[in-house]
Amino acid sequence: MSEQRDLVLDVQHLTKHFPMGGMRDARKVHAVEDVTFSIPRTEIVTLVGESGSGKSTTARLISRLIEPTSGEVIYNGTDVLKSQPRGASLDYRGDVQMVFQDPFGSLNPAHTIGYHIERPLLIHKKVSGRKELRERVLDLLNTVGLGPAEETAEKFPYELSGGQRQRVGFARALSVEPKVILADEPVSMLDVSIRVGVLNLMKRLADDSGLSFLYITHDIASARYISDHTNVMYAGRMVEGAPSDELVHEPAHPYTRLLLSAVPNPHAGLRTQETVARGEIPSLIDPPPGCPFAARCPHVMPVCREVMPNAVTIAPNHWVRCHLYGDGGVSPLPTAANSVG
Amino acid sequence: MSTDVKRGIRAVPGNFVPLIEIDNLQVEYLAGRGSVRAVDGVSFSIGKGEVVGLAGESGSGKSTIAQAIMRILQPPAIITGGKVLIEGKDVLQMSDKQIRDFRWDEVSMVFQSAMNSLNPVMTVGDQIIDAILAHRKISEQQAREQAKEMLRIVGIEADRIDSYPHQLSGGMRQRAVIAIALALQPPLMIMDEPTTALDVVVQREILAKITELREQFGFSILFITHDMSLLVEISDRIAIMYGGEIVEMAPSRELFENPLHPYTQGLMASFPALTGPRKRLEGIPGSPPDLISPPSGCRFHPRCPHRFGPCDSIHPPLIEVRPNHFVACHLHTTPEGSAQ
Repeated sequence: MSEQRDLVLDVQHLTKHFPMGGMRDARKVHAVEDVTFSIPRTEIVTLVGESGSGKSTTARLISRLIEPTSGEVIYNGTDVLKSQPRGASLDYRGDVQMVFQDPFGSLNPAHTIGYHIERPLLIHKKVSGRKELRERVLDLLNTVGLGPAEETAEKFPYELSGGQRQRVGFARALSVEPKVILADEPVSMLDVSIRVGVLNLMKRLADDSGLSFLYITHDIASARYISDHTNVMYAGRMVEGAPSDELVHEPAHPYTRLLLSAVPNPHAGLRTQETVARGEIPSLIDPPPGCPFAARCPHVMPVCREVMPNAVTIAPNHWVRCHLYGDGGVSPLPTAANSVG
Repeated sequence: MSTDVKRGIRAVPGNFVPLIEIDNLQVEYLAGRGSVRAVDGVSFSIGKGEVVGLAGESGSGKSTIAQAIMRILQPPAIITGGKVLIEGKDVLQMSDKQIRDFRWDEVSMVFQSAMNSLNPVMTVGDQIIDAILAHRKISEQQAREQAKEMLRIVGIEADRIDSYPHQLSGGMRQRAVIAIALALQPPLMIMDEPTTALDVVVQREILAKITELREQFGFSILFITHDMSLLVEISDRIAIMYGGEIVEMAPSRELFENPLHPYTQGLMASFPALTGPRKRLEGIPGSPPDLISPPSGCRFHPRCPHRFGPCDSIHPPLIEVRPNHFVACHLHTTPEGSAQ
């Protein structure tokens, strides 16, 4: 999947097993299993999936808020897990920043907006002196569209709307001049009319400031809107990856098709007659071998319950992990026609 | 406040039989800095078997309307005016005894988060049986049989009746909540963001189930959400709320294909589409209004791209500009506006 493109972040076989917690309980929750993807410089790459699919855990592993069980996180050509085994260096933490889902929980209600942005500037020693600190804070607030900055800096979180608070989250992440921002569902808690503004802000930062983004969402339409490439996760596994537009129009994996058919679409009317895969996301506790989607898949074959399919490239930059494709597979599914209106 | 204008929304023609009529409803929250009129002169009706969608952003008053209909508002929220008529009776005038009979028997509610609206220390079966026994004089055994039937109807195996909420998945819990709402087969169900906390695939299943149940039992639904694309799919008519008022109301198709209010247009242009060209969206600049001191004139005027002469001073009434299509906007209701 990774070729000669300039990759800012390259994640290889990332795996995280959480212990169940009991003293004698040897079982493990396989939250993230063999996840491989990359982020080319200045691009926005999406991880899309439902709750429990492991997308947020993946972001936390990359930011090293938690440590992976195995795998590689290659940042600018260096495996940071090997070179910084005792935890991420201040430089890495500065370069790879996170924006969280909940703009209400991620700001301290007792401190002003200005304070929230000053902290990382001081900790990462990005400024010298009060005057420069003040200038940077105001500058950052303007960058994220929170002008008049002088006024905003004095406000407390409760005085801002959800969208404005999320912009503070971005200003705080930007303060340390990161190269990559991991945005974990940054708009899912915002009002619809505000969401587009935050998405546009991300797009502008990628285009103008040379930032790269990992955009984590369950909303495949917004993934198509802002990102270059979209990867689909299911039950801790990456099942398909493609250029965002192509993924929506020519989904290959049966799970991607299911996801797309479930998105409300005013053009189509309520499609109750559609054959929706029944059942739930499988348990992640010591899962059986084979494809995790096998239990719900309308195209399931005996091999699916035994062997995890390998990633097969089916078009430039478009790969899928499904036995229907590639070696030993049956002919591919008919294309897009049956997925979205 | 120009609540003198009676902003009534009449029925869709044809076989429309109103089930519930909300007439000039007003709800205020008594806040430290003055009172907030969270719902300001809202009128609409829901027909028998009809699904009416109520859309708007947080703080627009849509959930407050639901709670006012059920009369479950707690101080500092108080209903300061209007009527809620169901089959001729005014819910707002009912005695405590009457209101207890009315709730769940005539109107039930599915709350926003199924995770929090089930009692964690009671089995789902007991919670359904509770609702049935509070209203019906039948034996516990009979109620249990009915509860099993309700679970089957919403697609949960009857032997899960003794499960506790934490033993069910999110989608199953939401279906259990719907089973409780269905238990007495009320003519109206209010669903306040019933699928917001769910994944899309599960949401699709729940919506399909709701639609199927409505066809089977013929109840009406007041469906509240901020997700316009969802609302267009599920409802017959949609009312758009902004700052405590209805600013536009029309049959879903009509509203989707021909939105007239600039706020509705902004909402429609706020969600990225799955199909069609990838074009840049703008959303709506600014923030929702502060209802302690709402903007003068039209409450949307500070964010409106089309504002002109009267917008900042005269409050636009809700007027039927095409058959069954009501809008409160000077662009469509004044001669100067049409010329804009």
